[in-house]
This record gives sequence, C-alpha cells and structure tokens, in this order.
Amino acid sequence: MSIEAGSLSAHVREEIDRWKARFPEGRQRSAVIAALHAVQHEQGHLSPDAMDAVAKYLELPSIQVFEVAAFYSMFETKPVGRHSVSVCTNISCMLCGGDEILEHVKTKLGVEPGQSTADGKYFLKEEFECLAACTGAPMMMVDHVYYENLTPERVDEILAELD
Amino acid sequence: MGGLEKNLVCLQTLGLDEPWTLDSYLQIDGYKAWKRVLAGDFSQAEIIDIVKSSGLRGRGGAGFPTGVKWSFMPRESEVQKYVVCNSDESEPGTCHDRDILRYNPHAIIEGMAIGGFAMGATVGYNYIRGEFMAEPVPRFEAAVAEAYAAGLLGKNIQGSGIDFDLYTFVGAGAYICGEETGLLESLEGKPGRPRFKPPFPAGFGLYGKPTTINNTQSFASVPTIINKGPDWFSQLGPENSGGTLIFSVSGHVNEPGNHELPLGIPFRELIELCGGIRNGNRLKAVIPGGCSVPVMPAAAIEDVNLDYDSLRDAGSALGTGAMIIMDETTCMVSALTRIARFYFAESCGQCTPCREGTGWLYRTLVRIQEGRGTREDIDMLVDVANKIEGHTICAFGDAAAWPVQSFVKHFLHEFEYMVEHGGESIVNERAAAA
Repeated sequence: MSIEAGSLSAHVREEIDRWKARFPEGRQRSAVIAALHAVQHEQGHLSPDAMDAVAKYLELPSIQVFEVAAFYSMFETKPVGRHSVSVCTNISCMLCGGDEILEHVKTKLGVEPGQSTADGKYFLKEEFECLAACTGAPMMMVDHVYYENLTPERVDEILAELD
Repeated sequence: MGGLEKNLVCLQTLGLDEPWTLDSYLQIDGYKAWKRVLAGDFSQAEIIDIVKSSGLRGRGGAGFPTGVKWSFMPRESEVQKYVVCNSDESEPGTCHDRDILRYNPHAIIEGMAIGGFAMGATVGYNYIRGEFMAEPVPRFEAAVAEAYAAGLLGKNIQGSGIDFDLYTFVGAGAYICGEETGLLESLEGKPGRPRFKPPFPAGFGLYGKPTTINNTQSFASVPTIINKGPDWFSQLGPENSGGTLIFSVSGHVNEPGNHELPLGIPFRELIELCGGIRNGNRLKAVIPGGCSVPVMPAAAIEDVNLDYDSLRDAGSALGTGAMIIMDETTCMVSALTRIARFYFAESCGQCTPCREGTGWLYRTLVRIQEGRGTREDIDMLVDVANKIEGHTICAFGDAAAWPVQSFVKHFLHEFEYMVEHGGESIVNERAAAA
C-alpha cells in the first residue's frame, strides 16, 4: 500500500502515538526509530517524503529523522524487494558454512547482496552481521523471522514458501 | 562446587510448559523477591549490599561488579532516574540473552523492578535489538503486559508506595548500540554514537538524568540472588566469579548450544557437554568471550577453568561467555578477515583511529588473502591495531584491535605462509598433504 506524499496512514500515526506515550513529555524524538519501523513495514522502504512526514508529525527537524534512517542497518532508504533476506556470514556462521549458504541464495535468486530480484519479490540484504543465533549456525533472517541450522535444501523450501 | 547442574538461575523455567508465561515463572518462586521488596522487607541499601556480596558481575562483557555499579546512583536525589536493560545482544558468538527473552522474560522484569527500587528509579526501558522483532520482542512485551495485569508494575504497586513503569524499546540494527552510552543515544532517538565518559550515566544518562544500564543476564540473575541468598550465588563459582553464566558454544563442536553452568567449570567439560569437537577433529583455537576478546590457541585454553580470573590469567577474557570453537581445518587468516570486516562495517565513525583504522585492517587482510600481501603488511596490521587501541571514545576500538593483535601473535606462521604462497592457506596445504 502506498500513501500520498507528506501524509502518514492512520495506522502509522496510531503506532507513533503508542510509542510516544512511552517517553516523557517533550522526548518524542525517542519515537523516531519506532516510527520508521512502522512506515517501512507499510511502504517497504523510507522515501524522503515519508521521512519528512514523520518529522512533521513528531515536530522534529527532518534531519533528525534522516540521520536515523541512514545510521541503522534495518532501514531501507531505496525501494527494495518485498521479502528481505539476510544471510549471516559472521564468524560462528562462517565456521558452519554461512558463506556457502549465501552463495546458494545468490545463485538461487540471481542477485548479489544489496540487490532485489527483477520481479520485486526478494531483496538480498548486504552481507549481514551477527544476528545472535550463533548456536544455530548457519542461519538467516527472512522478514524478521529467524531460520537456523540451514542447508541449501532448507533454504529452497523457505524461499519457495514466500508469496 | 555444584557439579554440572544446569539452568540454576537465568534459565530456570526451561523445561516447563510454555516457560515464558507468568504461571511458569510463579512455579520457580517468580516475583517472590519483588513482593518482599513491596512488603518493605528490604531497604535500598540492603538490596545493593546483597547484590554486591553475591559477586554478580556485569554479564555484557566488561564484568564490572553489578552491586558497585548500582551504588553509584544518587538514590536519595529527587530527580527522575532510570534503569535500562541492554538486550541489544550482538557480540558475534553470543546468543543467550535471546533465550532469556524468549524463555524467561519475567526474570528480566523482576530484576529490573528490584534494581529500580534499589536505585530510586521509577522508570525502566528494555532496549532490545531490532532484529529480535518477530519473537523475543513480543514475548517480552507479553510478559510486561502480564506483570501489569497482575498488579506487579505501575504506580503505588500493591499499596507499597513504590512506582515502577517498564517499557520495551526496539532498536534498528547497530552493534555500537550495545555500548551503554551509544544505547542511550539510540534510546533518545539519535544515531548510536557513544558519548565521552565522564560524565558517567549514573550522573548524566538518559535525557541527562541518572541512569544505570545493565545486561539482560545481569538483571535476570537478581531475583534468584535474593531468593536463595548472596552466599548461595557466590559459592556457585570460584572467588571473583560468583554465580552461573550462560555459555554460548558455537562453531566446530558436534552439538552447539547454550548451557547455563556455574562459573569456573573446566573448558574440557563444556566441550564434552557439546559432544566434543566435530568429526573427532583436533581443536585449533577458541575465542572465549565473543569475538572482541583475544583468541587463544588450543593449548592455552584446554586446561583452563571458565571464569573471569582464570581466562584473564591465561591471556584472554571471559567477555560474554560466548565460546567460538575452531578446529584444525580453520584458516586463521580467513577467520580474522571476517572478524575485521565486522568491525569495519560497525564502526560508528566518530573517532578517526577507529573509522579509518578498521578499514585499513580489513583491506590489508583482504590483500593478503588475495595473494598481494607482503611481510610488511603483517607488521602493519599490528601497528594499525596498536594505534586504534586506547585511542577512541569507547571500547569498540579496543575490541577491533584485540583480535588482530592476538591472531597475529598466536598464528603468525599462518599469515607468513599465506604471504609467501600467493594467498594460499596453510590449511589447504595440510589438507592436500594428508
């Protein structure tokens, strides 16, 4: 679902209000990260217009929203495929075949890390850092869900199950 | 010592049906300590003394005594104070806070509430890493809702005059937010760039107010310390290493896993619990506390007990208790290159030695792996690491330097072999000869 430039959906505004209530009066800046998660969940990425709208809604300078979007790795500031795939290749996963899993995903999807498939279905995130599931290595995260103890066959099943 | 009895403190609910629920937590004396606090059984100072004498040390990696940290808060001061739980678990190799969040979230809530009382803080935040959004975050939030519904959180709780409100905060992907002042910046809605210290958070923390940040496992240990007494806890481990630790064992063991065990257990026993080294291979090296602590060759760790002092004396550190196990097939240059890439990717960039140095380290290691390295490059790795260490605002710089220094020190021959053989690993040569 897309929203018009400069506006936020009722759901996003509710989400922002819900988070704002967790912080003291005048500390609404603390809700920026939650607001961006809500917008990205709805729109797939964070457009400049949407970030401006968040800033306006929270009564903050736009730069305070843009700098957060740029700093944190979970935020996408360009359009990406619908399903986000992050393969961990950090040390514990590397020792257990994480690089081979990443190679398999690259071949399967025909994209390099940082790219989306042409049909807009999959987005392979830049090689990902440790996701704290090291005892289940190798692992990957697909749309926030963790999959552990992967094999190439299991990866195929997981990717095929996505709509 | 208590032998190999498992899950004595933070993972006590494991094995119960739906271990994360309030009902399960009540079965293991959950909220008993908090109810005694609410009933006026303890003064603030008494709680702090109990935590001090338990020997509990910060489980996030630095190992600072928790009770001493709590005593730094100006608990009599009238200003708003905060307690913050650091559930931004992201030290490579470490994955036990995720299990506490998933399987025993009420222990974190109770520990934070007791800490809040002891330090005069009426508001708490649990900062959970963004990638935990699908499972650990909802588990924790559901537990908070249960605690509110049961009248265990809020204002004037059960008529005690004690207030404690607890909120979840969800991050968005940044290792540096595990550094406590980077975490506070993030909680304020900013990029997580660590602050200069002093001032320390106990004086100037969240929103400029006195704040104490403790690790998830530290908070989750507190209720059991009160229930069973500080002596019981401290005597689980050797001197200076009270209590239990959840060891995350990953890499080349037959059965990787999390094991909550008394501190001071022999390394060999932990490996046996994990089914031994995979395929009957020989152990080559271990990073014993998350990837930021110095690597240890097999011979240096095989006869060591896993506690703060023993690992320090053996040349490394307990860190987060994440044991990354590497067998004889591991190329140490490749392993270090991957670790160096992590620090390069995660440096927040505000200190020049770290921002520039981590890139130099990574690029130099890639050059060696691609067969374009020289003997001087190996020396330069150590030189650059030495120039980062101690020259940055936060400990991230040290964490980036220590793996480089220790890998080159203990496995210099592997680096030299690769430089002399056009990027070929000594491991491949041995495999070919076998």
